Amino acid sequence: MLLKRTSYKWIGLFVTFLLMIGFMCASVIFGYADTTWRTAIDSFTHYNGSNEHVIIQKVRIPRALIAAAVGASLAIAGVLMQTLTKNPLASPGIFGINAGAGFAVVVAMTIFSVHNMQSFNILAFLGAAFAVISVYIMGSFGREGLTPMKLTLAGAAISAMFASFTQGLLVLDEALLDQVLFWLAGSVAGRNLETLISVIPYMTIAWLGSIFISGKMNIFAMGEDVAKGLGLNTGFIKIAIGILVILLAGSSVAVAGPIGFVGIIVPHLARAIVGMDHRWVIPMAGVLGAILLLAADIAARYIVMPSEVPVGVMTAAIGTPFFIYIARRGFNAR
Amino acid sequence: MSKYKNLRLFNGKMSLLIDRKAAFIYTTLAIIAFVVFVISTGLGEMKINPLTVVKVLLGLGPEMETLVITSFRLPRIIVALTVGISLAIAGAILQGLVRNPLASPEVLGISGGAAVAVVGFMSIFSDQNHSLTVSIAWLPLAAFIGASVMGVLVYFLSWKNGVPPIRLVLIGIGISALMQAFTTFLMVTGPIYQASQANIWITGSVYGSNWTNVAILVPGAVILIILAILATRQLNVQELGDDVATGLGDNVQKHRFLLLMLSTALIGISVAFAGTIGFVGLMAPHMARRLVGSSFEALIPTSAFIGGILVMLADLIGRTAFSPLEVPAGVFTAGIGAPYFIYLLFKTRNS
Repeated sequence: MLLKRTSYKWIGLFVTFLLMIGFMCASVIFGYADTTWRTAIDSFTHYNGSNEHVIIQKVRIPRALIAAAVGASLAIAGVLMQTLTKNPLASPGIFGINAGAGFAVVVAMTIFSVHNMQSFNILAFLGAAFAVISVYIMGSFGREGLTPMKLTLAGAAISAMFASFTQGLLVLDEALLDQVLFWLAGSVAGRNLETLISVIPYMTIAWLGSIFISGKMNIFAMGEDVAKGLGLNTGFIKIAIGILVILLAGSSVAVAGPIGFVGIIVPHLARAIVGMDHRWVIPMAGVLGAILLLAADIAARYIVMPSEVPVGVMTAAIGTPFFIYIARRGFNAR
Repeated sequence: MSKYKNLRLFNGKMSLLIDRKAAFIYTTLAIIAFVVFVISTGLGEMKINPLTVVKVLLGLGPEMETLVITSFRLPRIIVALTVGISLAIAGAILQGLVRNPLASPEVLGISGGAAVAVVGFMSIFSDQNHSLTVSIAWLPLAAFIGASVMGVLVYFLSWKNGVPPIRLVLIGIGISALMQAFTTFLMVTGPIYQASQANIWITGSVYGSNWTNVAILVPGAVILIILAILATRQLNVQELGDDVATGLGDNVQKHRFLLLMLSTALIGISVAFAGTIGFVGLMAPHMARRLVGSSFEALIPTSAFIGGILVMLADLIGRTAFSPLEVPAGVFTAGIGAPYFIYLLFKTRNS
């Protein structure tokens, strides 16, 4: 733990928050169309409809906001799942939740020809819910539940299955492939503000809810038996965590497609900075998640300029070495 | 009657122990495989009576049927059979190596490596007219290289005073996620015709196989299968665990590496022609273990038959169930395979 005293933690959280704002500004300014601080400010004060102003208002600002919201949601979902399953590799990506939500959305588009955002959300929630429930069921196998190792394997199998179904549907509909391919890779580009507005209520509720139950999660993390002995209603906590994960992961996928690894990396970073107390880990992870996705998104614009790398590919490239590091360190040395 | 029959050849210069039960199972499976082969050849747009199929195979059939069978159906079904066999053997070897019944080519990231290599190959060597600028014969090589590089990479990343199976699996999962991201990246940045072509291939399908494919695939697979059968002794030793195997005088790490390469090669050639047909390498060895136990002499051939049957059936269903639409075989194997995998997790929950 980097920051030991409470006052340092407040300062740390404040500094990372400022850093996040800094990255959001950077996300608005940097990109293929060259813009400066001045143009960005002018687009608010003296909007003149010029190309740069339109880009900033209609493309860059929504993109920065979406990256921040999705990054925060995925990171918090990661913290919740890691505590719930006691598995340091748990995250929406590895446990098949992203793939489940992605499959639900592709089904909606191919079979029911749904294209509006509201039904997208509901379907993404359904897909996420299915995957969360299957992780639950598998988690309750046997007396002590599945070992972290087996849970990871089960998640990998569920992801592989959903990925295969999604690809199968896309094989049957080539025109759709073109439309959804970029979405399936995970991207925050080309979404308008309405997309974000349609999910932001769910996200906000889930963020606040996570902070609200964070004290109880500290007790839960001691192990189920101890938590019960201390008078915690563990069943309630489990269900609450499940619902929060569905809201967070489902709405993130609906907006940005399946973006992996944010949910694995960020909780570990947050814990390294503020320790094991969930009341600190959850807000810290939220802010750090936003920073990570904003940074990955900015980098994604520059790597193969003038075209873009989907941000999901970027997070995978950053996240895999980290994943390997955790896997090498082993499960027990937490 | 003893469990084994001893067969001595060349005045006792060579001897074989034949497991009676296994021999019975091989025969049954071989018959089932042949029946599936014939039925699958007969079904499709034009239905052909199984007897006619057999006649055609013997070179005595009517002209029209012979044309349909030899030029369209046969290469495809032979590819399905060979790929199924190769994947099943590769899976059996991997499970023996990792000493974990849940290991499989797709979980370990090896299929993913081959997928990246093939999509990369298609995007680098394609011209404007959607055709390849180099011979398709190089494709298996690319897939093989991709699979081997990933096999070696996963192996070395898991190395820390030896390679414990659990770490190998976890790192494999991480690497396969990365490979999936790269594949998507190549598809997104490439032209759209290539994306749809690559997508069909990634889902795993033997669609459009021809005799050129067969001519490259089958000899390669046969060599590798023979090597796999010769390697069964090392596999049996590997399964005893590192300590016992070392105590027996086996060079555990070296053999583990060579066996991993063999399995990688099998996956590479299968992926090159049929894409990533998932979960066959996982299911087939398990079913085989139920039938003949876990000694690799019997396990490898039994898994091979089962794998071949599975892929032929998946292709048959994909081809006929939603006709005229073709559903890739990989969708069906994943649809059966993933629940089966979870069932296995459930079954081994307390061990």
